[in-house]
Amino acid sequence: MRDPSVTDIHKHLVLVGHGMVGQRFLEALTERAPGAWRITVLAEEARPAYDRVHLTSWFSGTTADELSMWPEGFAQSHGIDLRLGDPAVRIDRAARTVTSESGAEFPYDALVLATGSYPFVPPVPGHDAQGCFVYRTIEDLEAIRSWADTARTGTVVGGGLLGLEAAGALRALGLDTHVVEFAPRLMALQVDDGGGAALRGKIEELGVTVHTAAGTQAIEAGADGRVASMALSNGEVLATDLVVFSAGVRPRDQLARDCGLPVGERGGIVVDTACRTADPRIQAIGECALAADGRVYGLVAPGYAMAEAAAADLAGLEGSFTGADTSTKLKLLGVDVASFGDAHGTTEGSLEVLYSNSREGVYKKLVVGADGSLLGGVLVGDAEAYDMLRPLATSAAALTVPPEQLVLPASIGTAPGPIALPDEAVVCSCHNVTKGAIRAAVTDGGCADVPAVKKCTRAGTGCGSCVKALGTIVADELAAAGVQVARGLCEHFAHTRAELFEIVRVKGITTFSRLIDEHGTGEGCDVCKPAVGSILASLNAELGNSVHILDGEQAALQDTNDHFLANLQRNGSYSVVPRVPGGEITPEGLIAIGEIARDYGLYTKITGGQRIDMFGAAVDQLPHIWERLVAAGFESGHAYGKALRTVKSCVGETWCRYGVQDSVALAIELELRYRGLRAPHKLKSAVSGCARECAEAQSKDFGVIATSAGWNLYVGGNGGMTPRHADLLVSDVDRETLMRTIDRFLMFYIRTADRLERTAPWIERMEGGLDHLRAVVVDDSLGICAELDELMARHVETYEDEWRATLQDPDRLRRFVSFVNAPGTPDPTVRFVPERDQVRPAREDEDGNTLRPALVAGPRLEVRTR
Amino acid sequence: MCRYDDLAPGRGVAALVEGQQVAVFRDRSGAVYAVGNRDPFSGAQVISRGIVGSRAGAPVVASPMYKQAFDLRSGRCLDEECAPDGSPAALPVWPVLLTPAEPARAGDVAPPNGAPHERETGRS
Ligand code: SRM
Ligand SMILES: Cc1cc2nc3c(=O)[nH]c(=O)nc-3n(C[C@H](O)[C@H](O)[C@H](O)COP(=O)(O)OP(=O)(O)OC[C@H]3O[C@@H](n4cnc5c(N)ncnc54)[C@H](O)[C@@H]3O)c2cc1C
Ligand code: SF4
Ligand code: FES
Repeated sequence: MRDPSVTDIHKHLVLVGHGMVGQRFLEALTERAPGAWRITVLAEEARPAYDRVHLTSWFSGTTADELSMWPEGFAQSHGIDLRLGDPAVRIDRAARTVTSESGAEFPYDALVLATGSYPFVPPVPGHDAQGCFVYRTIEDLEAIRSWADTARTGTVVGGGLLGLEAAGALRALGLDTHVVEFAPRLMALQVDDGGGAALRGKIEELGVTVHTAAGTQAIEAGADGRVASMALSNGEVLATDLVVFSAGVRPRDQLARDCGLPVGERGGIVVDTACRTADPRIQAIGECALAADGRVYGLVAPGYAMAEAAAADLAGLEGSFTGADTSTKLKLLGVDVASFGDAHGTTEGSLEVLYSNSREGVYKKLVVGADGSLLGGVLVGDAEAYDMLRPLATSAAALTVPPEQLVLPASIGTAPGPIALPDEAVVCSCHNVTKGAIRAAVTDGGCADVPAVKKCTRAGTGCGSCVKALGTIVADELAAAGVQVARGLCEHFAHTRAELFEIVRVKGITTFSRLIDEHGTGEGCDVCKPAVGSILASLNAELGNSVHILDGEQAALQDTNDHFLANLQRNGSYSVVPRVPGGEITPEGLIAIGEIARDYGLYTKITGGQRIDMFGAAVDQLPHIWERLVAAGFESGHAYGKALRTVKSCVGETWCRYGVQDSVALAIELELRYRGLRAPHKLKSAVSGCARECAEAQSKDFGVIATSAGWNLYVGGNGGMTPRHADLLVSDVDRETLMRTIDRFLMFYIRTADRLERTAPWIERMEGGLDHLRAVVVDDSLGICAELDELMARHVETYEDEWRATLQDPDRLRRFVSFVNAPGTPDPTVRFVPERDQVRPAREDEDGNTLRPALVAGPRLEVRTR
Repeated sequence: MCRYDDLAPGRGVAALVEGQQVAVFRDRSGAVYAVGNRDPFSGAQVISRGIVGSRAGAPVVASPMYKQAFDLRSGRCLDEECAPDGSPAALPVWPVLLTPAEPARAGDVAPPNGAPHERETGRS
């Protein structure tokens, strides 16, 4: 333990380096010893700490802000002076000061070095030509991306973890990609020869050319100074326009060397278990440190453990770092790779159990101790078992099943039964959280789901690789505690939506009351009522019921959006979206919408679904607005319903020089065919006129792309929160076959999906997946196609425009008032203010009677009476 | 305030009572409840447009905005203790008095709908 006098109030601590580990140190210290230190941070980079581990996701759209690890208000609440872009250049140990590049001098009582490492660039001739990069900071990635704009071929030097990640990024940037690795195999550090071979096969399949046992000898630049080619030690010459060096990292220990602190033979500031250097006032943590076990760690989890140890020490508590688990699991270029524990079988007397299948590109090796305990392993191509195996290996518990069962694919041999992890097994290595701690969070901490457990234990909030295991443990623990993880819709029905659908269909049930009386309990709720409302709406035509969703008891089941046939907005007003099939609209149509919006002072916006949304209508105004829309030939766009939304189109063959079919005509036909179709969730579609895919059909529940021979149908696409590319269901089919296949696909979905389950998760969950779906809707393997066809025919026959029908019926219209006892009085709390020449809802602080903005709409309106 | 028949079972209406907005509901059994119309989570006067149901036997309405459930008898929110502004998440409740119906007058059922009315945005 440190001499407590050092932690006296208002002592000054200087942290050099604000990377991942530095930030973690600040969090740990301010938590353990709040207010005890005045803290100055010297940071070389221009931005506060960010998530370097997920750096590559920057290429796929994660912004620098999203990567940031610097909580808002953190500096203020802990009085931290963070100096960005001003690196430390000198330490004077005798005077106890640090000097920064700008010349400022900072006295310290304690100094913590967290300077990380720098990418090693082999000193080959030409290594500094234009177009050579390293891969460590956001700025590096920015430079690579802009250079890639004018490059065709990219070469990564180094076939380790980072090199392969960089290669994946270059592929995604559209470059012909090569990886050059000096060792005879890829990821030499983590995997063995067999695993390396499986990995290589998989990666070459993806179009990356791999050169192993090849050193970089020279880089040649063209006359313009830009990289042109690379000569390899095996005599090969690669033409390349861009080079990324990823040949390992070296600890940034120069500051320590310069002030005489001992460093390791191969670099790294020597520290003890409390992360103290030879000078007790100075500590070093993260990638710049040579830990007490004689290793320099290049992973974030050991760095975090060092940060915790150093912070504990400074807070006068016990803290030590004696070494860490370097297990890793990654998805590199879409290939699962994992290595854990003693992956290379260096323990004396250890034995190997191997499964290798080069046809499938799967390789699994387990290292087993003489006593039968699991010591480590390598998994390539299928790392499913990692979550279970790694904690088993680190806990050194004896295996309860024969090890070969753990590597065989589930289809061969018996699948291993549930393997009990001991409580001390570390499940989350990023934050060093054991299974016991997770269980305690559920049983004693009252955490009822994974997000709660994450919040309370931090498990799963680092690299994220343990989240699946976390989910299983939480679910098991809840089940053991007798918390029913019910399958049913809600407390009122023990059935799933698909089961209720069959009950309603087979028994011909037409009301919610009968369904809940016969098959449920209680009064229902906002979960089961709309779900049943949707089932009834899908089956009404079939059951000979009124098809209008506001009729009879059905009206009471609808969510507020369906109840008012409009979308509720934040201030209690509604939005109105007329259908614009295929996105095609006449000038007259545009003018009509424009006039109506102007007359009612509605905010207008073009939506992401190729139509126009008008916002800010009061309940009382809805029928009046719709009267005018219907008169102008518009219909409900069902923006409020779990129903077909839009069928987007591209302009297609008619105008576009590349189009091969009339995509607009087909989109309109599809939209008209399926309009009003109620489903478990909303349905979206699109039709593109050629493979350039301007309508983004592959991100839709059902999407169609024209081919010269007909149409390709894709299903199960999704944008939104969990995007999914649609799967090709049938190709080159004619119009009739296309329609029939979509009819069946949709009806099968409506019959069997869960409540609020889009087609994407529905297909993901389907046993047998796409093949099963194709068998059902194309080959009629279940013999239900005639029924599905019939259901869709009924829908098409009985469709009516909900708004037109509503306007014709005074009973349905009665609900459209703000106040039952003061019809005609608008809700005075719904207020707007002007913004960019339109209106927007007033905010709470603007919501006063004093606020009377200027004229925003046309002249005084005529008041119609019906 | 309104006629019993104006209340659809399982649904609500809003009424303006001395400048206050009141949400009035009738459940499937015929019981009538009156609570405040302002949703404490969004600040919007929308509670009357929620779905009525039950939770563990208690009659509830789910706010249509963010779906928190409120006990119709006590007004208490069953999902969260506090509104975003820190105040206790609860709706005011009022006792309901059912009186014999007056003879219906022409026009007192179907309200005139849809007249574009003046907004407080100051359109003049
Ligand atoms: C208006 C619009 C945004 C815009 O200004 O462009 C919009 C607005 C809303 N979207 Fe959206 N989405 C709109 C296009 C999209 C798109 C783009 C598209 O359709 O091409 C997507 C991604 C594509 C997809 O769905 O796969 C999209 C993905 C979502 C999601 C996430 C769905 C998912 O599967 O993850 C939700 C949430 C939900 O449905 O549960 C959502 C929900 C909503 C809701 C209903 C949220 C709410 O409850 O208030 C918004 C109400 C609209 C309103 O009040 O009128 N919106 N939304 C777009 C209306 C399109 C239309 O004409 O109907
Ligand atoms: C692309 C990529 C992917 C990775 N993936 C993984 C992974 O999947 N799993 C994993 O465990 N690890 C991964 N890592 C490694 C991980 O990012 C590092 O282990 C971790 O960032 C180390 O943290 P650190 O704070 O020690 O160093 P860094 O995060 O590098 O921070 C050091 C900081 O100190 C600054 N600095 C240096 N010298 C000075 C000075 N004199 N004055 C002021 N500031 C200075 C540097 O500019 C830098 O900002 C990955 C790294 C990269 C680049
Ligand atoms: S998808 Fe093809 S046909 Fe349609 S607009 Fe784009 S390029 Fe033209
Ligand atoms: S192991 Fe990285 S978050 Fe849990």
